[in-house]
Parts: sequence; C-alpha cells; structure tokens
Amino acid sequence: MTGQLRRLLVPSISAFLALAALPGAALAQQPKEGGRANVVIQPEPPGLMLGILQNAPTQMVSGNIYEGLLRYDEKLNPKGQLATSWTISEDGKTYTFKLQKGVKWHDGKPFTAADVVFTADVFLRKTNPRTRASLAYVDTIIAPDDETVVFQLKQPFGPFIRMFEVGTMPIVPKHIYEGTDFLTNPANNTPIGTGPFKFAEWSKGAFIKLVKNPDYYEKGKPHLDEIYWHVIPDAAARSVAFETGKVDILPGGSVENFDVPRLAKTKNACITDKGWEFLAPQSWLWFNHRGGLTADVRFRKAVSYAIDRDFAREALWNGLGSVSTGPFAQSTAFRDEKALVKYPYDPAKAKALLKEMGYKGETVRFTPMPYGETWLRWAEAIKQNLEDVGIKVDMVNTDVAGWNKKLGDWDFDISITFLYQYGDPALGVSRAYVSSNIAHGSPFNNVGGYSNPEVDKLFADGATAFPDSARQTIYSAVQKKLSEDAVYAWLIDLKFPTITHCNVKNLITTGIGVNDGFKDAWIE
Amino acid sequence: MKGFWSRFCRHKAAVVGLIVVALVLIIALIAPLLYPVSPWKMVQRPFLPPFANPNFPLGTDTLGRNVASGLAYGARVSLLIGTVSTLVALAVGVPIGALAGYFGGWVDDLLMRFTEFFQTVPSFALAIVLVAIFQPSLVSIIIAIAIVGWPPVARLVRGEVMAQRKREYVEAAILAGQSDLTIITRQILPNVVSPIVVLASLMVASAILLESSLSFLGLGDPSVMSWGYMVGAARTVVRQAWWLSVLPGVAILISVLALNLVGEGLAEALDPRSARDAA
Repeated sequence: MTGQLRRLLVPSISAFLALAALPGAALAQQPKEGGRANVVIQPEPPGLMLGILQNAPTQMVSGNIYEGLLRYDEKLNPKGQLATSWTISEDGKTYTFKLQKGVKWHDGKPFTAADVVFTADVFLRKTNPRTRASLAYVDTIIAPDDETVVFQLKQPFGPFIRMFEVGTMPIVPKHIYEGTDFLTNPANNTPIGTGPFKFAEWSKGAFIKLVKNPDYYEKGKPHLDEIYWHVIPDAAARSVAFETGKVDILPGGSVENFDVPRLAKTKNACITDKGWEFLAPQSWLWFNHRGGLTADVRFRKAVSYAIDRDFAREALWNGLGSVSTGPFAQSTAFRDEKALVKYPYDPAKAKALLKEMGYKGETVRFTPMPYGETWLRWAEAIKQNLEDVGIKVDMVNTDVAGWNKKLGDWDFDISITFLYQYGDPALGVSRAYVSSNIAHGSPFNNVGGYSNPEVDKLFADGATAFPDSARQTIYSAVQKKLSEDAVYAWLIDLKFPTITHCNVKNLITTGIGVNDGFKDAWIE
Repeated sequence: MKGFWSRFCRHKAAVVGLIVVALVLIIALIAPLLYPVSPWKMVQRPFLPPFANPNFPLGTDTLGRNVASGLAYGARVSLLIGTVSTLVALAVGVPIGALAGYFGGWVDDLLMRFTEFFQTVPSFALAIVLVAIFQPSLVSIIIAIAIVGWPPVARLVRGEVMAQRKREYVEAAILAGQSDLTIITRQILPNVVSPIVVLASLMVASAILLESSLSFLGLGDPSVMSWGYMVGAARTVVRQAWWLSVLPGVAILISVLALNLVGEGLAEALDPRSARDAA
C-alpha cells in the first residue's frame, strides 16, 4: 500500500526539490541594491530586546538588528561576524577572539571588546538562563585590548564554540545598559545593535519596520533598504497576503502545513527547508519507562518498527525534513549513522516482537500533542500504524495545559513531542535521556524517565571531553546504547519550510535561516 | 394505529424524512459489511478527489482515509449518540417532570428550581465543560448531551401531568385507592406520551448537532469516526479539498432535517385535534 502511495507522491516531491534548488542557483547573480522585504511575523513578538527575550519571533526579527561573535553555516561550521578570527588552545580551555575593526553601534558609538565582556559576563548571566547554564563552565572573560576577548574555561566544554550565535549570545551595548536595571531600561523599546538593519518603527498589531544601517562595517551590505514585518494573526489571512503579494516571505511555521503545497504551486513561489540546521528540531514518541508495556524493550522496539515515518513525512510534512534513525538529529554534531541500531518500517518484525513478549491486547494510552492540526493528524496516523500490528491504543486528547500537566505528572504511556537540539548533544540532546534531568512538572526534560548510569556517565564525559575526536567516541557509544534500548521512537528531524516569492534571493545562508538572513538578501 | 399512519402519510415531507432516516439507519447498520476496513486506515494517497477512483467514490482525506467509509461509520456514531442520549435525557426528565407536576407544592418548587439551575446555563457551554472535565469519550459525550437535554423534557412533562392531574379519571383512581406511583405510571403517563414522542424525535436531531459541534471543536471521542470530527479536521484544508468538509456537512444537514420533518409529522399525526378532523 505504501509503495503505491510513494509512487503517487514522488512527482509532487520532486517538484518541491526542484523548487528548493532554485535559490541556490541564484547565488551567482549580481545583487540588486535597494527595495523592501515584506515578511510575516507570527505571532507578534513580546519585545525586540534579544538579550532579554528568547521567543522565536523575537529571534527572527532581532537577529537582524543584533549580532553575535560568530555565525554558523548549514553544517554548523563557525564563520566570522563580530569576530574575524578565533583560536582554541590545545587543552580546550582558552578561547581567544579577534574582533572586527571599525564597528559602530546604531547610535554611532564605537563597538569594543568591553561590550563583549559586559554582554557575556554581566548582562546575559543575568537575563538568559540557557546561556547562563553554559557560561557556568567559564572561569573568566577578559579583554586584553579593544580588539581581543579571551574566554578562560574551568574545564574543556566542547559545545562552547557553538554558543556565539546571535540568539544565544547577542552582543549588547555596554554604554546603554551598564549600571541600569536591564529589564526596565527604556532602551529595550528602541533596540540598539551592530547589525545590518536598524530599528525604525513598531506599530503594535500591524508591523515592525527595520531600515538599512548605512554605516554597516561590511561594505556593500545590506542590499535591502527596509524590512517590514507584518503582524497577521489568522493563518488563512497570512496565506492570502502571500498570494496577493502583500508579503514576499513566509518564515517556517507561519502557515498551516496543509497549505504549503498549494502555496508552493502558486505563481512565482519558491520553497526551501534550509535554515533549521542549528535549531535541529527532532520529533519522537515518549515512552514511559516507569512501568507497563512501555517499560519492556521488546514493546518499544515493536512500536519503533510499526511506525511508517515516510508516510508521515510525505502526507503531513510535505516531504520536508528527514526520517530520524536515532537520538541525534541529522544536523546535530557527533551524529554517527554507523553506531545506530535502526528501526525501519517493518510491521512483520513488530508483530513478531509482540508475539515473543506475549502481548495479549492490553491497551496503551497515547497522549497526542495539541499543537495544531498537523500534530493531531499525525497522532491518528501513528495510532493506526500501531493498530495495524495489533497494539490496542486508547487516545487521550487534551489541551496544551492538560498535555503539559499530564507529561509533567508522568501520567501517560506514549506521547509525541519535538525539541530543539541546538547543534550539540550537550546543549540539546542529553536533556531528554540523563537521569539527573528527571523532574516532576516539566514536559521538556527526561519525561520518559529513562535511567541508565552508563548513559549518564557517557553524556557527562561527552560534554567536557577534549578534543572532538574524544567526544565523538563517547557520543557514538551513547547513540549505540540509546538505539539498542529503543529509548524513544524517533520520528522525523523536522524542517519548517520557508516560502518566498522567487525574486527574493540569497535569504537563507546560515544554519538559523531567516533569523539572521537579511544581511545578504536582495530582491530582484 | 391505522389512523395514525394515514394521518402521518398525509405529510409528504414527513414521509420523505422517514425514508431518509431509515436509509441512514440502514447504512449505519451495514457499515461494517460495506467497509470491513477501519475508517481510520490510510488506504489511498491523501487528498484523492471524489469520483477519481471508482474504489473510493467520495475520495480520501488529509491522511488518505476513505471518506465514504468515514461517512458510513459516522452515521453509526451520530445515531447512537442521538438515540442513547435522548433515552437518558428522557429517563431523567420524565420522572422529575411527572413528580413535580403530580405532587405540586414544595416538591414542584424544589424540582423546578433544580431544573432551572440547568436551564440557565447555556447548554452548549455546559456540554463543552462537561466533556472537557470527563475526558472525551462516547460515554462522557452521551452523558453531557443528556444533562443539557433533560430540563426541557421535565418542564414539558410537568405541564402535561399538571393538566391531567385535575381530570376526573385521576380523581377516580385516587378514590379507588391506587397508589401515587400506579396513578402516575398507569394512568397519567400513557396520556402524555404523544408530546414526549414528538419532543424526543427533535431531541435526537439536536443531539446529533451537539455531538457534531463537540467533535468539530476536537472534543469528540478520539477513537470513533464522526461527522463533526470530519468537518473539524477538514476545515483548515477547505480551499484544497472542499469535499472533506462539504460531504460530512451535508450528511449532518440531511439527517437533522429528516429527523425534524419526522418530528413534525409525528406532532401532526399524534395531535388529538387533527385526529378528530380526520375522523
């Protein structure tokens, strides 16, 4: 059946891929100066001060106002931004950054190493919990001169090099924030950064306007004169705005998945799934390891074999993203395909495993994630997959608050979720597997309650091992162990497609896509 | 009985309604024979339009599930919920109304204040809250619909019983020494059954609508395919696949309309005045 399905779907998917390839082909053209980009922002951000607010829409707008020391390409390799070069000492404990010369804040004041020290050592330690957790490995941050910053770590911490992205460590102006109450500083309403675009106007409920920074230190950039981020609360209205030409860019997740193929087929529409490599959202099924059927590894394996991930990818995710084969998403560092025990779609194997364990038709409770139509339909498809191999499933529908509570209270057998991996296993993977992260009340920690001292030790060693080859050995062992245990049923490494009119060029050039993409973008 | 049928058949619309209800009932009964495969099973490519594939005359939905099969199984759910919840509502409403109407006085006051308590809350809002609290399932939906459905029954029965209470045959029964229970069940209720039957047929229709609304909002039983669920799940794709919302919507419309027509026909046929006219 699925074979037939695939044959029918293949033409439309190749059409996507052909479209996705187009923006790349445009790279060779000469950029055109000027023009305005009209973009959807959904939902309206609560504010634009990226050092304080971490919401996805804030990151999407303000990543073009503020800058980090580094950017990351789609392979997560660091590239220079405010730092032009950087060195890591042999022992992995000293990071030295050489900064750009001639950089000015949007208010005209010069940018120096003191701003970086203030941002990392004072500002973000106070305002950003995710950055603060990683900065705990840092002993001192000093500026030997105006163009050099040195981070001295207490012990090697491999993921440290992936901390300098604009969303994680946006550099903020010391001369505005020093000595003030950061959260109530009036400057938060008129953000001052070093980025290619300056904040101009925010009409609440209507649009946010950014204008070109004429003094930008990278000569010839940016190409666009202004960016309008339009606030359009209704999903259908956002689609219409794109079709009528009111907006040119629909960032990932701003329209319903089911609408994506239709919009992709409209005139002059280009679609790409690039630009999510850094965040690397991965979806999986939680199993409750605390008891019942899901505590039996044979049952977990049976479920893993029973799920048709290709079908879901094609029918629900428009053929975008890739099928997960293990706990590390495709673009997460130290992924090791060869170490994995894999669970391809194989209902016969699932049935055999169920028979071997003597499954007698007991019911498992499946709690879908109420994040919209796509997720509910997906849960229904998975339920059907499981029933096809003879597993009896009881769906427990609930709202978002109820889902948070049920998972936080561990009141489930199977549930579905997705989490960002932030490029490095120590930043985004270990949190779902280590026993120290089993805690009541949160749906985003080790909710399944998987507890294995061997895995705990491997993850702890992996975070601080040095150099990368040593980390690779450890993380390969982790992936082998986790996949052998079928800890969770990994589903799809998600990609949220960005839809643009085809005359928008060179928008997605990094691993965080639209979030810092307008520096190089231009409109034909 | 013969008089009843001829009076009912004088209403062409009611006869059409009855035929439609009968058809829906038959489809519901033989759904597992028509479509042995579960309506949840993904059987074809998603978004197959109607009439494109003779095996799937009504097309497939967002996941490639057979729409025709969904409609047939949806009929089972709609009729099941409609009838059972109506029976439950009658089982609660008729005794309360009968007691209040028969005894009057403080019993009436007490029971009617209790009934009004339920009547003052908007019925759909109450149903949503009840289903949300008790987890969506067939049982909780039936109970919720019955809870919002019984107060009108109680009020109707109370009025009818009150009117009968003053009749001479009731006084005769009291004088004959019959117990209150016997008088209510053997003497009075048989005389008020006509309006109850009419009300019940309309309640089935409104219960189907209520269940569809709940399912549309995602509060249906997640393990049964219902018409409301089909409309709700298809509303985001209405521009790509109109048939996914329109077909179950039409099914709801036709069934509810047919039940209403039957109800009107019953009201006419059971009305003693129209019986006299015919005679």
